[in-house]
Amino acid sequence: MLFFVKNFKKCAGVLDRYVEQFFKIFHKKERKNEPPRKMLNSYKLSAWINARFPLREIWNKNARQYLTPRNLNFWYFFGVFSLLVLVNQIVTGIWLAMIYTPTSADAFSSVEHIMRDVPFGWLLRYMHAVGASAFFIVIYLHMYRSIMYGSFKAPRELLWIIGMLLYVVLLIESASGYVLPWGQMSFWAIKVLITVFSVVPFIGKQIVVWLQGDYSVSGVTLHRFFAFHVIAIPLMIIFLVWAHIVALHHVGSNNPTGRDVEKIPFHPYYTIKDLSGVIVFLFVFFFIVFYAPTMHGYFLEPANFTPANPLVTPLHIAPPWYLAPYYSILRAIPNKLMGVSLSAGAIVLLFFLPWLDRSKIKSIRHRGILTKIALTIFVISFVGLGFCGTENLTDTNILFSRIFTAFYYLFFLTMPFYSKV
Amino acid sequence: MNQDDSIDEKRRAFLTGATVAMGAIGVAAACVPFVASMLPSADTIFAGGPVRVKVSGMKLGDQLTVMWRGKPVWIIARGDAALASLNTDTNLLRDPNSTVDQQPPYAQNIYRSRKPLHLILVGVCTHLGCTPTYRPDPHSVSPDWPGGFFCSCHGSKFDLSGRVFKGVPAPINLEVPPYVYLSDDEILIGASEAPK
Repeated sequence: MLFFVKNFKKCAGVLDRYVEQFFKIFHKKERKNEPPRKMLNSYKLSAWINARFPLREIWNKNARQYLTPRNLNFWYFFGVFSLLVLVNQIVTGIWLAMIYTPTSADAFSSVEHIMRDVPFGWLLRYMHAVGASAFFIVIYLHMYRSIMYGSFKAPRELLWIIGMLLYVVLLIESASGYVLPWGQMSFWAIKVLITVFSVVPFIGKQIVVWLQGDYSVSGVTLHRFFAFHVIAIPLMIIFLVWAHIVALHHVGSNNPTGRDVEKIPFHPYYTIKDLSGVIVFLFVFFFIVFYAPTMHGYFLEPANFTPANPLVTPLHIAPPWYLAPYYSILRAIPNKLMGVSLSAGAIVLLFFLPWLDRSKIKSIRHRGILTKIALTIFVISFVGLGFCGTENLTDTNILFSRIFTAFYYLFFLTMPFYSKV
Repeated sequence: MNQDDSIDEKRRAFLTGATVAMGAIGVAAACVPFVASMLPSADTIFAGGPVRVKVSGMKLGDQLTVMWRGKPVWIIARGDAALASLNTDTNLLRDPNSTVDQQPPYAQNIYRSRKPLHLILVGVCTHLGCTPTYRPDPHSVSPDWPGGFFCSCHGSKFDLSGRVFKGVPAPINLEVPPYVYLSDDEILIGASEAPK
């Protein structure tokens, strides 16, 4: 490669001849009586590349000739936004990893060092922290879009399942990232999360020690969660994103009507449209980064500004907001095994959505009143559970958590019946 | 051997199966170092050794917290009133007789201790690992509160020998660690027998 750059002119000369030769073979008949044409250097380069790597083919297949319904509305921005946030997380994450120290003694102070001493360190960290919350806002809206317009239905079941896997992996990624600042909330939230595995019959306690690498959550645990957060899980996310896009481009986008509509090429129509959406998104995103990076304790909890202390549990333990709905279910059930099973089940049920929905119609626009009511109740339950999960535990809170849990489950379990009507 | 040139499907299936089986064993064996390296290392195990605690300075009702294996271990000096509260209303408890294996055999009694005076508990809630708070005064948590430990994370309640109440998320009693009296004033936490 370096040789190529250094000897660009020389190489280009060789290429010229090569491409000319190449051209002559294929266009002999047409070119017989014409004088030899001059070709642009850029064209020669692309011809050289495309003879060796299907760059143009990939571009045509996925953009220039990739057909997209002409009626996609703003709900279809969130896929592109999540890709943008992923890039943001990777880039800011690499820079943060240069400065952050994953040991129990130095983790907390290295984050303070990033915030106070490193030029623009505060910006990198806030972009990363706000990016994590933005990721989930965007993903939840993206998932809601699929549920609303029936995008999970045939032939997009696998697309939906790959997306759900991405969601689960993303939850693990964010939970492991939440540990790294090593504040009180980092410590106690991960302790609660790891202890969830103690419900596994017979080997529960051993699994917990194995995950922690110690008899309790310690610096050993912190260090391995750092490895998960920056290497293992990002690789899985990138692979799954690739699979998600391959699956999407194989079956094509659904659209708000849920029926076949006229299609237009992705490029230039949707590249331009998405770009304008991206501008609006970045405007909102950076407004939050600059003016409300902690989002009043929702994006960065106040308790996490105190270093981790294994001897003192904060009076009010709350998970990050995007985990709060499942945490609510966990708290609402007085039995530990049932609580863990039901909050895990809340995610597992989503995987089965394509088979729970028996309707022949995809989009909510053409569905019956029962489905519309059910979806409304589901949204209220999910948001309600999320709210309960971030609030203090009171009898009212538990009562509402239980009601919302019941409705959340009813949405899925009665779906085979009401969706058929 | 086959006389003709036909393919021996049976032999081929056997060879494929045997190769796959050997490969699977190899993969499983290759997993061992990766899984095992995540277990506690030698120095972590060493750091988790027993801890000596002097209890001579404790007054009745006092709570002493020491670290053992990175977890808080409480030593509570219980007076007569505290011990009396253990005898009332065993109906409210999930496991009043400590049948679940959360204590060494010598602590499987109503006091859940070697001597009624000292209660020794791992201060980690059996629900999801928070540290409950010591609330010895009756009626301090709820009107019917007899005194005990309250976990503010998810509202689990335990009595003054660490036994869990019914209707709370914690499934079992608090853990009693292995311990031994080296003398009346000194306790070794983390071992059931005094070192020779």
